[in-house]
Amino acid sequence: MTTRIERHRYDVVVIGAGGAGLRAAIEARSAGKKTAIISKSLFGKAHTVMAEGGAAAAMGNVNSRDNWMVHFRDTMRGGKFLNNFRMAELHAKEAPSRIWELETYGALFDRTKDGRISQRNFGGHEYPRLAHVGDRTGLEMIRTLQQRIVALQQEDFRESGDYDARIRVFSETTITELMLDGDRVAGAFGYYRESGELVLFEAPAVVLATGGVGKSYKVTSNSWEYTGDGHALALRAGATLINMEFLQFHPTGMVWPPSVKGILVTESVRGDGGVLKNSEGNRFMFGYVPDVFRKQYAETEEEADRWYTDPDNNRRPPELLPRDEVARAINTEVKEGRGTPAGGVYLDVSTRMPAETIRRRLPSMYHQFKELADVDITAQPMEVGPTCHYVMGGVEVDPDTTAALGGVRGLFAAGEVSGGMHGSNRLGGNSLSDLLVFGKRAGEHAAAYCDSVARPRVPTKDLELAVATALGPLERSGGDNPYHLQQELQVVMGDLVGIIRREAELSEALKRLHELRARVANVSASGGRRYNPGWHLALDLRNMLVVSECTALAALERAESRGGHTREDFPAMDPEWRRINLICALDGDEVRLTRKPLPRMRPELLALFERGEMSKYLTDEELAEFDALPEA
Amino acid sequence: MGTKRNFRVWRGDAGGGELQDFQVEVNEGEVVLDIIHRLQATQTPDLACRWNCKAGKCGSCSMEINGMPRLGCMTRMSTFTADETVTITPLRTFPVIRDLVTDVSFNYRKARETPAFTPPADLAPGEYRMQQVDVERSQEFRKCIECYLCQNTCHVIRDHEENKPPFSGPRFFIRAAELDMHPLDTLEDRKEYAQASMGLGMCNITKCCTEVCPEHIKITDNAIIPMKERVVDRRYDPLVWLGRKIFRRDQLPSPGPDPLLGVLPPREPAEGEPDWQRRHHGAQGPAVGDDGHLPITELTFENQGAGSPFGDDVTLPLPAEDLNYHHPRDDPRR
Amino acid sequence: MTTATRPGRAAITARTLRTDRWWFAPLVTFVGLGAWVTYATVRVFMHGNYWVEQYHYLTPFYSPCVTERCVEAAAHLGRFLPGWWIVPDAALTLPFLLLFRLTCYYYRKAYYRAFWLSPPACAVPDGHKRYTGETRFPLVFQNVHRYAFYAAAVISVINTYDAALAQATGLGLGNVILWVNVVALWAYTLSCHSCRHIAGGRLKHFSKHPVRYRFWTFVSKLNVRHMQLAWVTLGTLALTDAYIMALAAGWFSDLRIIN
Repeated sequence: MTTRIERHRYDVVVIGAGGAGLRAAIEARSAGKKTAIISKSLFGKAHTVMAEGGAAAAMGNVNSRDNWMVHFRDTMRGGKFLNNFRMAELHAKEAPSRIWELETYGALFDRTKDGRISQRNFGGHEYPRLAHVGDRTGLEMIRTLQQRIVALQQEDFRESGDYDARIRVFSETTITELMLDGDRVAGAFGYYRESGELVLFEAPAVVLATGGVGKSYKVTSNSWEYTGDGHALALRAGATLINMEFLQFHPTGMVWPPSVKGILVTESVRGDGGVLKNSEGNRFMFGYVPDVFRKQYAETEEEADRWYTDPDNNRRPPELLPRDEVARAINTEVKEGRGTPAGGVYLDVSTRMPAETIRRRLPSMYHQFKELADVDITAQPMEVGPTCHYVMGGVEVDPDTTAALGGVRGLFAAGEVSGGMHGSNRLGGNSLSDLLVFGKRAGEHAAAYCDSVARPRVPTKDLELAVATALGPLERSGGDNPYHLQQELQVVMGDLVGIIRREAELSEALKRLHELRARVANVSASGGRRYNPGWHLALDLRNMLVVSECTALAALERAESRGGHTREDFPAMDPEWRRINLICALDGDEVRLTRKPLPRMRPELLALFERGEMSKYLTDEELAEFDALPEA
Repeated sequence: MGTKRNFRVWRGDAGGGELQDFQVEVNEGEVVLDIIHRLQATQTPDLACRWNCKAGKCGSCSMEINGMPRLGCMTRMSTFTADETVTITPLRTFPVIRDLVTDVSFNYRKARETPAFTPPADLAPGEYRMQQVDVERSQEFRKCIECYLCQNTCHVIRDHEENKPPFSGPRFFIRAAELDMHPLDTLEDRKEYAQASMGLGMCNITKCCTEVCPEHIKITDNAIIPMKERVVDRRYDPLVWLGRKIFRRDQLPSPGPDPLLGVLPPREPAEGEPDWQRRHHGAQGPAVGDDGHLPITELTFENQGAGSPFGDDVTLPLPAEDLNYHHPRDDPRR
Repeated sequence: MTTATRPGRAAITARTLRTDRWWFAPLVTFVGLGAWVTYATVRVFMHGNYWVEQYHYLTPFYSPCVTERCVEAAAHLGRFLPGWWIVPDAALTLPFLLLFRLTCYYYRKAYYRAFWLSPPACAVPDGHKRYTGETRFPLVFQNVHRYAFYAAAVISVINTYDAALAQATGLGLGNVILWVNVVALWAYTLSCHSCRHIAGGRLKHFSKHPVRYRFWTFVSKLNVRHMQLAWVTLGTLALTDAYIMALAAGWFSDLRIIN
């Protein structure tokens, strides 16, 4: 069999066509670079469309007291102070400009009375902050960016007669390996899903924007694309991953009916008045307000109910606590026997608002439940429970340039695939703005990097190896069925590295992952190369596996509970652990874990917080330093 | 708890194929896409099918179920009787790639041809002011998840392949309507463009696009008919038409309706001025084949990694008439 | 013609794989519209039984009566056309009413599907080899719908006048029927897509035209029911005409409430 490879030369190759990838591509193209966008599915179908709530940006359109400092504070608080402070700072400062930019691309957000972008409440945000369009903000964003790319292509067409002259989308294309020239990125190798033909992109700069890892879990809101490709590509290229133990389990995913298990019920259902009840009919969240948040949350149902109409003089309802608190509360309720038959709790808006209001405010939620499950949310409560949703950990990057750290140059990462920005827990609405802020930075710095280096060369030997690996599953026979292996992996991760973790289970998980590795290396797929999902899955499996190993290893190492990582044997947060990032790297075939100190926050940023709050997070030594700060 | 039910799934590719019978377990609360996944996991690991979100939000799993264009993830099994055989086929309007996957590139081509949003030049980001009532109409169309079921069901191209070049389809009529109703879009000739270059007049409003839209966008009533009426405003108003006849306006060269090339209507260059409008060969990138892909080279191609930056098929110097370049030295106005 | 015959597309031999009764709706439309057109044609060329002298009832099919053979009281606009058999007595209005309904966006859908089979139902093949839609003669004239709407609005005024005129004689079942018909006609006429466009649909900024926006909202609400109204008015027109014909022919007498 002759191996044929299609070759393309670009300046910047963006892997991933979600919000971050498209934003990066727009920026790279605007900087004059020839840019390729690689999309695993069709153009415009990326997982970003699933984000419903909105994009957080401190524009202050609804409450003028909002500004980037408040947003920064909320983000750090939500991430339990494990965030990379510089990323959180850049994010809070730049998000409004990025949102306004979308308007110039044609986005139509919901409006305030005076014609500005309307902003809504969301869990963990002090002021109404989420720019939104009904409950389909993610779709609006992906469509806007997609149409902006088309607009740029039309510009190129006017100039050169070729739509693809400077920016081209390769849809249904998967990258299996990054090519290196020494310690520099030289390109990306992959295949067209449609035809099974192999393709090589030669480029000095690669932007990873591949999203998350959720497909390693049994119950997840993520689509098939979320197999941790970017994480694994980065690892194999010599970059490092940071804090992979932090996975967000969305507190409210559908648990019934079974076919839609895992699909998210947006938090805005709670922001707009939805309440959580257990099977006894109690509004249980009042019992789960942690001390840190005691001051901001209502203690009685009456006060909570008043907040919806008068937020300035009342404290917020506890349903709006950060996601991990809600997830943990639901988990406890279910474990203590107060859950629904399907293992969730009730989320009820039907008794809180007139049906017409629900349909207007939550149109796609209404539509989704009605059509998928034949459940009328205006007439009956929903059954919800925790669902794997988002990975906070990811490629360790330089905050300003988004360049991947570790031993590789020319690799950039933005969006969910990058780590550090959200600390141990992401606030709702921060991901959409994260995509835009760091997507833009990635594109900008990838373009600048291109100018600074000579064109690298792809070594033939590496290419031959990548070809052999890609075609391996088709040429082998007698190996395991990829679907079965994926199910086994999902069981291991779901049961042993799930929302509540224990040392023994994590060790067991590592052992079983190790066993799986040999079988995954030997997986075989039947059929030919044309659009063969079995083959595609076989190739994705090794990515899922290596990333799962990182997660399990880091989860075992971190002996505390914080944000998206809950250890039953270490239920409390430990200030000593707050100073430590866990870094994953690949050493040959083995995953290696090292500890790395967290960067220290600049004094003027530290001064934004109150001492009482900081005492929960900081060690005594750090507190002494905090006290020594000059009064702001 | 599941019961076995009968399915007929089309399997094959552009070279041919057939409906194959399967017996698959069906559980309570499942949708057609679940059944396809079960088929992949248990009987046919290489059954090709597109899907992503499985929640009716991305529009990937478009297929035809019992002959009707639908999303696989939005078709509940409970809508069929237990003894009914469910027939699943790929979209019939587009070329098939394999099994349930079709080549929908037609739609992406049409998307490129639809003029993009054109904001006012004097408005900075952050200064945009729009009223909710003004954006609501366009917002309805932006709900579109691009599943292309409307494009697939539209008989103009479903039953008449030859109409594909001149006809953009309902998806892009709502895009045109969205931009024409966008409070800050400044492009004036969208109506004209829709009629002349998108084939709006070919639509005979039989409303199948509205019938199959999973987002329940009122494609016909809220987009196509208003666009037709807007065209009537400009084109078929008898008074305007009469005026044109009487004053023989239609004898004048009308500006080309293509806003991509026709924003500047073609005109004769002044003496000595370069003719910027003339046709030239365009970008000097490597030539792509009919499928839009580069010609394939062997892995051991002799000069890999060292190709000419202008493409290996280009011989320098290029013929001067192919360059869209005008040296200022030759400009008589200088 | 099946997709099996087209290169590139999935080779499926069945013309349609729909298993529901997709032919039912076009069949109902075919029968319904066919029956109505037949009835209306017969009535128009009957040249009689359109006027009830006693109560001043005039059927909408003959309003206003403009030929030489008209009863004077029914001829609001004079009797200036020759009384040939081929000339309808309401020759001034009927062509416009026909045009209004023929070019109506709902009826277009109905007859393109039920009569022209282009297509008979969704995902069922078109009955024709070639298709150019409404881009050329004669179908390009579907675009005159707006002007037919203006005419129809004027005719609705005339129908209202007829109903008011009959009211002067007291109140009977005939009056009620006339009024119901007039209200239905107005609702159908105002719910027209062209009316919706003229009312406000053509505007780019609703916020700058609050009154027109409210009118547009009102018309939009009616417009959703355009199909139902199209059928309702066919019913009320036929019923009104049949009732007046029966009275004029003396088959039974009007049920009087006052006088």
